[in-house]
Amino acid sequence: MVFSYGDNIDTDRIIPGKYTKTLDMSQLAAHVLEDLDPAFKDTVRQGDVVAAGFNFGCGSSREQAPIALKMAGVAVVIARTFARIFYRNAINVGLPLLEIREHDIAPADSLTYDLKTGQVTNHTKQKTYQAAPMPQVMIDILNEGGLVAYLKKNGDYKI
Amino acid sequence: MKPQTITEKILSNHSGRSVYADELTIVNVDGIMATDTTAPMAIKAFQEMGSRVWDNQKMWLVLDHAAPAPNERIANLHKLMRDFARQQSIKLYDIGEGICHQIMVDQDHVRPGQIFMGADSHTCTYGALNAFSTGVGSTDLAGIMLTGKTWLKVPRSMKVVLSGSLRPNVSAKDVILFLAGQLTIEGATYQSIEFEGEVVENMTLASRMTLCNMVIEMGAKAGICHPKGLTLPYDWTPIVADPNAVYDSVLRYDLSELLPQIAFPHSPDNVRNVQAALGTPIQYAFIGSCTNARLEDLQVAAQLLKGQKIADTVRLLIAPASNQVFMDALADGTAQTLMEAGARFITSGCGPCVGSHLGVPADGETVISSTNRNFKGRMGNPNANVYLSSPAIVAASALKGKISLPD
Ligand code: SF4
Repeated sequence: MVFSYGDNIDTDRIIPGKYTKTLDMSQLAAHVLEDLDPAFKDTVRQGDVVAAGFNFGCGSSREQAPIALKMAGVAVVIARTFARIFYRNAINVGLPLLEIREHDIAPADSLTYDLKTGQVTNHTKQKTYQAAPMPQVMIDILNEGGLVAYLKKNGDYKI
Repeated sequence: MKPQTITEKILSNHSGRSVYADELTIVNVDGIMATDTTAPMAIKAFQEMGSRVWDNQKMWLVLDHAAPAPNERIANLHKLMRDFARQQSIKLYDIGEGICHQIMVDQDHVRPGQIFMGADSHTCTYGALNAFSTGVGSTDLAGIMLTGKTWLKVPRSMKVVLSGSLRPNVSAKDVILFLAGQLTIEGATYQSIEFEGEVVENMTLASRMTLCNMVIEMGAKAGICHPKGLTLPYDWTPIVADPNAVYDSVLRYDLSELLPQIAFPHSPDNVRNVQAALGTPIQYAFIGSCTNARLEDLQVAAQLLKGQKIADTVRLLIAPASNQVFMDALADGTAQTLMEAGARFITSGCGPCVGSHLGVPADGETVISSTNRNFKGRMGNPNANVYLSSPAIVAASALKGKISLPD
C-alpha cells in the first residue's frame, strides 16, 4: 500500500518531540505521523511505501524520525527531495530512500521498485520513474544494513 | 590553487587536501556534542561498535531538552548519559546549566576555523564564530565517537551580503526571519550560507549566533559569518574567502528599511511584517531557546517591560539560554525587572521550545515565541498556533495581550 503526502513534511510531524526521548523503538512506531495522518499508524503494514513531495524530513536532526517509519513497517520512502540530515539518518539506520524529482505517485497506485537500480514502476499509471543516484559511500552503508554494521566491518569510512 | 569559499577552506584544512563544492571528503572533527534527545541512541550505537571514545576531551554531553526529567523514562535516559560520561571521563553538563549550543560557545568548546558536529540540527549556530558546524543524527555521531572523523559532501556556498543599518527594534532575528521568508524552507538545501556586510560586522557574537541558528530553517547545512567585527578573548586566525571564490549564488539585501518580522503558523518560512499580525490576541509568550535567550535578548525585553505589568490574560515564560546568562541577568537587574513585570523564569534549557515539558500551550491557544520553529505540534500541542518573532515583539505583545509593536 502507498501512503502519499505533500511537501515539507517536517520531523515534528513524523514523530513529535515529546515522544522522542526513549530507547524503546516500538514506542516511536506507536506515534509515527500522528499529527499529520492519525490513521497511519493503525493502517500501515510491513512493506508499505510512503511517497511525498519536496523536502521530506526537514527540521530536527532526530534520528527517531526514520526509525519510527522503519519500525512501523515502511519499506521505502519516495520523495521529490529529502532534507539532508533526514537523508543521512535514514541510510544510517537502514531505511531505504528514493529521491525522484518528477513523480505523481498517489495513494491508490500499485508500485514495484528496485532499490539497486533506483527504478520505480507505477502499474496504475503505467509509468516508470528513475531515482537520483546515491553517493557510493551511502550505497555501501545501506547495503551493510546501516552505519553501525558498516563501521563494524570496515572500522573507518571509505569514499 | 583554485580560490576557495570560507566553507571550502575550513573543510580543506580538515581533509588533508584541497576540496571544493560537490566533492565527497572525509574530515577530522574537532568537537562533538549530544543532548538528552540524541545521546542515548548515539551511546547505544557506539557501544555496539567500540568501547572508548576516540578523544574524551573533544566530546560533551548536555541535559537540556527535557531537563529536569519530567518522568521516569527520561530520568533513566539522563542516568544512562551520566553513567556513560563518568565511565568515559567525558564532561557532562547537567540539568539547568543551559542549552547545548550556548554552553559550547560560552565554554570555548568550539573555536574559529574548527569543524564541530552536534547531534542537534541547530549546531549550525557556531558559524557565528567563523567555524563550520552542522547537525547530524545519533548514529552519525556514534561514528565520530568511534573514529573522530566523518564523511561529507562539500556543500556549495551561497553568499548573503547584508548592507545598511538596522532600525530600532529590528534585530538579528528579524534579519534571519526575513531571509527565511525570502528563501523558503528548502531554499538553501545542502548549501553553506556565508554572511557578510555591514549588518553582520556590527553584530555582537550573540546576534551572530541568532543569525546562524536559523539557517537550518532554510535547509542549509551550515551558516558562517565573515569574521570582520568579531572580537574574542583569545588569539585566533580569521578565515575569509578568496577573491573569485565560486558561490552558487550571491544575494544582496539593503536592510535599512527592514521592519520587524514574524513567522505565522505553522512554518518558520511563513514570514511577514509584524504589521500583518497586529492585534492578534495571545495567551502565552515565551522568551527562550538557542535562538533568542541570551543576555542581550533578556535586556531588550526588560527595557520594554520596565515599570509595567504584562496583560493579565497572558503568561510570559522565560528560559535563559544558560545558567550563566541567568546569573548575568540577576546581577544587572534584568531578571528582577522582568519578574516585576510578571514574567516567570523556568529552568535554563530547551523546555517549551520543543514541547517536552515546562509550558505546553492548550488547544486553540495562540503563542508568541522567540524560538526558531513553529511546525504543527512543535511546542507539544498540534492544536495551538505559534508565531515566531524577536524578543522585542514577544515582550511588547505580552504587555498588550495581543501581537504588538513596541511603542
Ligand atoms: S532550544 Fe529548541 S531549538 Fe534550541 S536546541 Fe533546544 S530544542 Fe533545539
